[in-house]
Amino acid sequence: MRYLCLVYGEERKIGEMDDRKCLACDAELRARGQCVASEALEPVATATTVRVRNGRLSVTDGPFAETKEQLAGFYLVEARDLNEAIQIAAKIPPAEVGCIEVRPIRPIREHPRSPRPHD
Amino acid sequence: MPEPDIKRRIEAVYQSESRAVLATLIRLLGDFDRAEEALHDAFRAALEKWPEQGLPDNPRAWLVSAGRFRSIDQLRRQARFEAFDPLAHDAAASEPAAEDEGSGVADDRLRLIFTCCHPALAADAQVALTLREVCGLTTEQIAQAFLTPVPTLAQRIVRAKAKIRDARIPYEVPGPDELSSRLESVLRVIYLVFNEGYIASSGTELMRLDLASEAIRLGRLLTEMLPETEAIGLLALMLLHDSRRGARTSRAGELIVLEEQDRSLWNRAQIEEGSALVGRALATRRFGPYTLQAAISAVHCRAPRAADTDWKEIVSLYDLLLSIEPSPIIELNRAVALAMRDGPAAGLELVDDLLERGELSEYRLAHAARADLCRRLGRGAEARAAYGRALALTQLEPERQFLQRRLAELAGG
Repeated sequence: MRYLCLVYGEERKIGEMDDRKCLACDAELRARGQCVASEALEPVATATTVRVRNGRLSVTDGPFAETKEQLAGFYLVEARDLNEAIQIAAKIPPAEVGCIEVRPIRPIREHPRSPRPHD
Repeated sequence: MPEPDIKRRIEAVYQSESRAVLATLIRLLGDFDRAEEALHDAFRAALEKWPEQGLPDNPRAWLVSAGRFRSIDQLRRQARFEAFDPLAHDAAASEPAAEDEGSGVADDRLRLIFTCCHPALAADAQVALTLREVCGLTTEQIAQAFLTPVPTLAQRIVRAKAKIRDARIPYEVPGPDELSSRLESVLRVIYLVFNEGYIASSGTELMRLDLASEAIRLGRLLTEMLPETEAIGLLALMLLHDSRRGARTSRAGELIVLEEQDRSLWNRAQIEEGSALVGRALATRRFGPYTLQAAISAVHCRAPRAADTDWKEIVSLYDLLLSIEPSPIIELNRAVALAMRDGPAAGLELVDDLLERGELSEYRLAHAARADLCRRLGRGAEARAAYGRALALTQLEPERQFLQRRLAELAGG
């Protein structure tokens, strides 16, 4: 099962981290076959938010939500279950200064869903 | 066997076995809802077959096997009609081995507890799911016990089950490296259920479900399967607290404080059991906050009269408790115990320091403690002000009555 580990944190604190620490973590996860993809993001000042409403494109400067803790990067990981995904997330270095949101990947290609009226 | 007899026996089997059967079916079928359906099907089958065939030698195994058979049969039939539903296909294809595979069955109820109390679920969902799945309470009973509307509670349970399925929370007992942190969340859920029941039992809501007894039952189940020190400590704590249930309120529903309780009303059997468990937990030397709180409660229970309480022992247990779990509320309790050991002036000094630090300035029991110490020191005006402050902060009817009584006594004296 795949999980997306979203790395959130205050940019200043994340910026103070040594990239080599993150790269080492990444290399270890890849060597174990647990990392499918991973990237770091440029600071949130570079973000652009795109919406389409009634067929009209609207583009705004900045991230989707203005929060103290910003999305700083992601890891797409392969794990047996949520417990293993939590273990992997705990190894991602920014977990020490920010937090990691773990989200299961919905297998949209394998099992596409018809629109659901309501949950 | 005459018909009513067998019906009664099936009812008894339902009471004693349904949760264990459910726990195993969840593992075998890999889905909470499907397992619940299978459980109902299994008992329906029992009601059909047992009156003719008599009770099987091992009703639990019979029920698991009947439930699993019916569920898989149903999936197969569905799969034939919906040949393209890969999920139904998977579940039917991956038939697990025999139900009675060694330790698997014995651990199923533990798996169920750990899954319901998984920290990835919201705290209130952990509580609701545990009471629903592990204790077998109905959604309506749980909603009533927590004074929550039924649809809200039902939604909470549905969401929790969906998260277990979609985020794939595994159905397993955590390994040794995770066990202590995961156990903490299980113990927190059980203690929360207990406290809810403990507080409610003194309220006006006499119709509310006996959550304290439910929590004790859960604690027993857990320690039978997993005799970890703090699980034993929590069971002891609940037994000891609950042993005073009959003495905590007057017939009119008023709160009676520990020192004024009629100790002959305390449940001796529960005190003995709880104290023995405290001894067992302390002997492991790996005890934590639950065991220490139980040890404090045991000291109270040991004293034949309030005046016989060993306050020295209690203060030193609080010291130990503070060293592993610093908290202003424990400091407050320690200050009250110290006042009993060294006199109200020494206690008041500590309580005032605590109130000055601000963390407890909105905590009703801190003001009630200050009021009580001032009263004992003969400082009536200060006592009245503090009782008034506590009164403004409490929402519990019995506490309100107790505080008003104290205020009236002060006004009279």
